[in-house]
Amino acid sequence: MAKGIKDKVAILGMGCAKFGERWDKDADSLMVEAYEEAIADAGIDTSQIDAAWLGVAFDAVNIGPSGIPLSTALRLKNIGVTKVENYCASGTESFRGAVYAVASGAADIALALGVEKLKDTGYGGLPVRTRGTMHDMTGITGSAPGNFAQLASAYRSVHGVSKDDLKRAMAHVSVKSHANGAKNPKAHLQKAVDMDTVLNAPMIAEPLGLFDCCGVSDGAACAIVTTPEIARALGKTDLVTVKALQIAASNGWEIQQGGGWNGSFFHTTRVAAAKAYEEAGVTNPREQISLMEVHDCFSVTELVTMEDLYISKEGDGWRDVLDGFFDADGTIPCQIDGGLKCFGHPIGASGLRMIYENYLQLLGRAGPRQRQTPPSLALSHNLGGMPSQNVSAIAIVGMADA
Amino acid sequence: MTADIGILSFGAYIPKGRLQRQAVYAANAWFAGGLKGLAKGERAAANWDEDTITMAVEAARDTLVGVDRAGVGTVSLASTTLPFADRLNAGVVKEALTLDDGTAAIDVTGSQRAATSQLIQALDAAAGAARPHLAVASEMRKARPASEGELNYGDAAAGVLVGKGDVIARYLGSHSTTIDFVDHVRATGADFDYTWESRWIRDEGYTGLIGAAIKGALAKLGVTGAEIDRFVVPLTLRGVPEGLAKRAGVKPEAVVESLGATVGEAGVAHATLLLAATLEAAAPGEKILLVGFGQGVDVLLFETTPAIASLPARRGVKGSIARGAKTDNYMRFLFHRGLVELERGQRAEADQKQPGTTLWRNRKAVLGLVGGRCTKTGTVQFPKSDIGVNPNDHAVGTQEDYPLADVRAKIVTYTADSLTYSPNPPSYYGMIDFDGGGRMMVEFADVDASDVEVGRDMMMMFRIKAVDEMRDFTKYFWKAVPVA
Repeated sequence: MAKGIKDKVAILGMGCAKFGERWDKDADSLMVEAYEEAIADAGIDTSQIDAAWLGVAFDAVNIGPSGIPLSTALRLKNIGVTKVENYCASGTESFRGAVYAVASGAADIALALGVEKLKDTGYGGLPVRTRGTMHDMTGITGSAPGNFAQLASAYRSVHGVSKDDLKRAMAHVSVKSHANGAKNPKAHLQKAVDMDTVLNAPMIAEPLGLFDCCGVSDGAACAIVTTPEIARALGKTDLVTVKALQIAASNGWEIQQGGGWNGSFFHTTRVAAAKAYEEAGVTNPREQISLMEVHDCFSVTELVTMEDLYISKEGDGWRDVLDGFFDADGTIPCQIDGGLKCFGHPIGASGLRMIYENYLQLLGRAGPRQRQTPPSLALSHNLGGMPSQNVSAIAIVGMADA
Repeated sequence: MTADIGILSFGAYIPKGRLQRQAVYAANAWFAGGLKGLAKGERAAANWDEDTITMAVEAARDTLVGVDRAGVGTVSLASTTLPFADRLNAGVVKEALTLDDGTAAIDVTGSQRAATSQLIQALDAAAGAARPHLAVASEMRKARPASEGELNYGDAAAGVLVGKGDVIARYLGSHSTTIDFVDHVRATGADFDYTWESRWIRDEGYTGLIGAAIKGALAKLGVTGAEIDRFVVPLTLRGVPEGLAKRAGVKPEAVVESLGATVGEAGVAHATLLLAATLEAAAPGEKILLVGFGQGVDVLLFETTPAIASLPARRGVKGSIARGAKTDNYMRFLFHRGLVELERGQRAEADQKQPGTTLWRNRKAVLGLVGGRCTKTGTVQFPKSDIGVNPNDHAVGTQEDYPLADVRAKIVTYTADSLTYSPNPPSYYGMIDFDGGGRMMVEFADVDASDVEVGRDMMMMFRIKAVDEMRDFTKYFWKAVPVA
């Protein structure tokens, strides 16, 4: 295996816009909002940025093609700006570009920014879009909840879990994230909800009700990265470094190989998690990971991801959830910032928003939601696509000396 | 000895939905109280994703049960409600059936007797034809709300395979008349029939024209009415077939039930549908007289052979009727027929443009559900690809065609999606594994909540995938339906 990214790159600064229904701002203003916080945190000048990556998923209702919208919004100095799209993992993908540029030595300081403006769509949920001319003739143009809801049918069948038990575990996931989101001033949804509200909500895609689905939001998040040496030279003392950064993309096995994948888990997440742990030197994730931000686009996604990240045993994730293992005061808090569920999900920004939260928590800067037990290794998991075909991105960050 | 000419096989398809006429009447009684007499029984109503092409494909598949498809020489589709005015509708059927590219195909249309005329042409040509002719009829007529047609019509398709050899019914001949009798008319592009007074149609049309043609046919073919065992008149107006039988000297018990109460009158397809129902019930050695009516009359005479007893089992008309599910949802019927406009929401605005080039390249996969099988590993997949899906092999270009349309499958995952736009929400879909390999993510058709569960047995049907309303193009693909 390659030597990996561990401790080669440090986060110099991060920023995140207020997520939500930002009727007041265009995408470029959201980018500036996230960038202003990040550049101030980094303590550098725009002219010191050598290269930039922009993560955006939906073109049609957004900023249009190319890296130019980022270059223009931030008035970057005619540096190389690359736009990346990898479904909902676009945010972590942009981070990967910046981190790799620094690690290679090609750039001293690089910027990653993710943005999405979804509330200009005209309706709730994600915009309907093509997945290519061949797919449009033979594939399903279902909704995102419809695609992810299928995890539940397979999970119940594979693990012999009753409809009620799984529905309650899923509801616990959402209740927990709402409680966390209520403490986050930048979150889209800041209201706590109870189990009954979640269980009795209107059905969106069987068995996912309204509260099993995350918010669809406007927002942006930004990271500025450099080498640990440069970071120290710039006066940084507490350094958060990248411990692992892995992306795994489906190759069609799940959706095409009859009798292969059973529909109840994320094959790519298991692949990416195993590689990320090896890269970070993690041998027992349930003991070593102190904090997680995962891609909880739907409650059931978060639940099965606990297993795919090797935190819960296969088939036991729903029990850990109900036991409060992932609550803010549990053993490994998951979505302590509210997650996609409540912080919101501006697609291109989400992967960076997760890293932003982990960065704040590691540095003890998370305010009222700060985890009291000092976290040392924080994992973020950013997933794009659907269970049968997806891109799974995992970033582990931690203190440089941890 | 020359081989017999006649019918080699038959099949049918009736959509699952059976709209209760009482529900239609109840909604319209305030306006059209005179319809009360018709408010009995049920009519077959195609789902939103069915049209005369999809129904024809299903009837054709039923007809071809136990038949080597490589032997089919011609496929024809008779209908007055074809989706395309200038795209060979029978050509789409040919692709769905994965018939050889050397198959001839023709659409037959223009009158309510198109199917019997199609049969006569096929039978008359059979003597000189090398290969059998698959003659399918399919009809899905629109009628205005609160019209008699709305209650009387039914949607259905049926097929017969015509040729020479070991026929199940020998063709004894035919007789035709052509008279421009305008009992109803529908101009090109128009949605609805314009119908003249029913008493005149009954007296001059049915009794007069059909009566005369039957008389002419019996004389021409040298048989008497008393020799007819099965008398098939594809009209559901009560008493008409019985009256014609009586005038022709045909015994009352020979009159074939018109399916008016259970299916409705299926227009052009009704003659073929009743012929299929007749063959389904007939014993060897029975004489069948079949009538077609529309600007004149066709009369055909058949005699069943011992081979009819050994025809492989099929869904047929009986199975199609048994598959029916009653519905009182008249509003849904109106919406699916485009007769009432509902607020569909912005999700329905998604552009469904179909690149003709892409469809052409992938026509086998899209229209025929042909996947691939790796000749090296045996792995089956859909769709085919240059490099196969088997993770243990990376060979390039090892896949051969592998048709999946007739392979049964089981549900692996499913959902009922209320968010995505569907003309019939919620939209059911999920992943299925085909018996013997291959899987796909697929829409489920003709299902409700009780039909979907992991492990459930499913079979494939040819359906409308989406309609490009901007460019008047219907996109077809395959969906999974529960095995009955």
